[in-house]
Amino acid sequence: MITLEDVHKSFGPKQVLRGLDLHVPRGESMVIIGGSGTGKSICIKCILGLVTPDSGRITVDGVNVQKAERDAFLARFGMLFQGGALFDSMPIWQNVAFRLMRGSLKRPKAEAYEIAVEKLRRVGLSPDVAPLYPAELSGGMQKRVGLARAIAADPEIIFFDEPTTGLDPIMSGVINELIREIVVEMGATTVTITHDMTSVRTIADRVAMLHDGVIKWTGPVSEMDASGDAHLDQFIHGRADGPIASLR
Amino acid sequence: MSARLISKPLAAIGRSVLQLLAAIGRVAIFAASVISHFFRPPFYLKELLQSILNIGYFSLPVVGLTALFTGGALALQIYAGGARFSAEAVVPQIVAIGMVRELGPVLVGLMIAARVTSSIAAEIATMKVTEQIDALVTLSTNPMKYLAVPRVLAALITVPLLVGIGDIIGIMGGFIVATQSLGFNAATYLHNTANFLEPLDIISSLVKGAVFGGIAATMGCYYGMNSGRGAQGVGRATKGAVEAAAVLILAANFLLTGVFFSV
Repeated sequence: MITLEDVHKSFGPKQVLRGLDLHVPRGESMVIIGGSGTGKSICIKCILGLVTPDSGRITVDGVNVQKAERDAFLARFGMLFQGGALFDSMPIWQNVAFRLMRGSLKRPKAEAYEIAVEKLRRVGLSPDVAPLYPAELSGGMQKRVGLARAIAADPEIIFFDEPTTGLDPIMSGVINELIREIVVEMGATTVTITHDMTSVRTIADRVAMLHDGVIKWTGPVSEMDASGDAHLDQFIHGRADGPIASLR
Repeated sequence: MSARLISKPLAAIGRSVLQLLAAIGRVAIFAASVISHFFRPPFYLKELLQSILNIGYFSLPVVGLTALFTGGALALQIYAGGARFSAEAVVPQIVAIGMVRELGPVLVGLMIAARVTSSIAAEIATMKVTEQIDALVTLSTNPMKYLAVPRVLAALITVPLLVGIGDIIGIMGGFIVATQSLGFNAATYLHNTANFLEPLDIISSLVKGAVFGGIAATMGCYYGMNSGRGAQGVGRATKGAVEAAAVLILAANFLLTGVFFSV
């Protein structure tokens, strides 16, 4: 469904992606792991067209993302941002229903509100939070609202950027379970970026290890522990010694 | 050795000039892009009305007070200066022409740069830093249309009105000082003011208001959308936006004064 072929991206002298190849089949949950600054977020932003790659080809269902009609293309996606990226100036329900209140997916206000409340319930939030503003919620609740916004328009493809960063272990577990449930329930194709191995084991069907701008290993999550790849082993076990250089 | 000594500073000057030209080019492309979106749907009416309220209505107190005190001070200065050559009677005329042609538009423009440009730049830069602008894109919403167009359009509509109001309040400031402490007759003061002003004075004032409003909002949006990362990035964007807006407003004022009033 999503294919990246020989994708390169540099920022000034820094080469972030150096010939990235990745295929995400339809309906699968792909988790991309890798150290900080290895280009995981840039990879997702390239797929969404938020960042233009220097070279290479990215297709979704065979259509080049750079040439796709933007509105229709983006309507297929949902995204949960690392920090939630909720709009501070809007109440929670308008954040969730943002896409349903404008553009090609526009619905009447009352219907958009109902859908927002239903999605909030789906992520474990009561309708009481609907009129509140993002600043009035805790970090975990903001993540849930971000998740509700990502699934509000029932997208075919959902991206999760560091869904558990900054959350306590219990809330991380709750978010991981929610993501897994939603993925199974909606049958969506998902790409998750994370460092959190608990998230990987809960969410992933397949795992891709990104290092130095290329995919070092990819395969089913069940084969991850016996991969024999030195980079992946070091990352999974959090060892300081190995092929991945660490700053000490 | 001596050739290198000469070429080094020249290269530095050249680099600065090229950077300045590149920056002017980027701002011009940004402004052209904003203007081109004025005429293409979708239009975000709710955001436009909100911006009109923020930029226009909520700026009224600061604009009014600035104009009132400036008009009053102007009357005192002209009276004191005019007394040196027995020309105290020209206070109404000079206050009127000074406020309408220059001080009204410039002071309102600078107050808008301080109040609105900083607020727009800080808000949009924070949205950028917290990935809210990326989120807008993923929600099929063009940030230029949703964030920049309503703000620039609102400034183009409201700042001329603010300038008009500022002009009137400034003249009233002069009127209050002249009639209450300088001994002018109220009816004569108003008669002289009204008779002295010409339509071109008022037109120039309102045109300047529109241009200054456009500059103030465009700079806020441009610096906000091109902000660097973190709190420092937001701070730099805000500072840069206000500085650029203030300098451009003063430069545009000089050019527009030349266009309207050069003999």
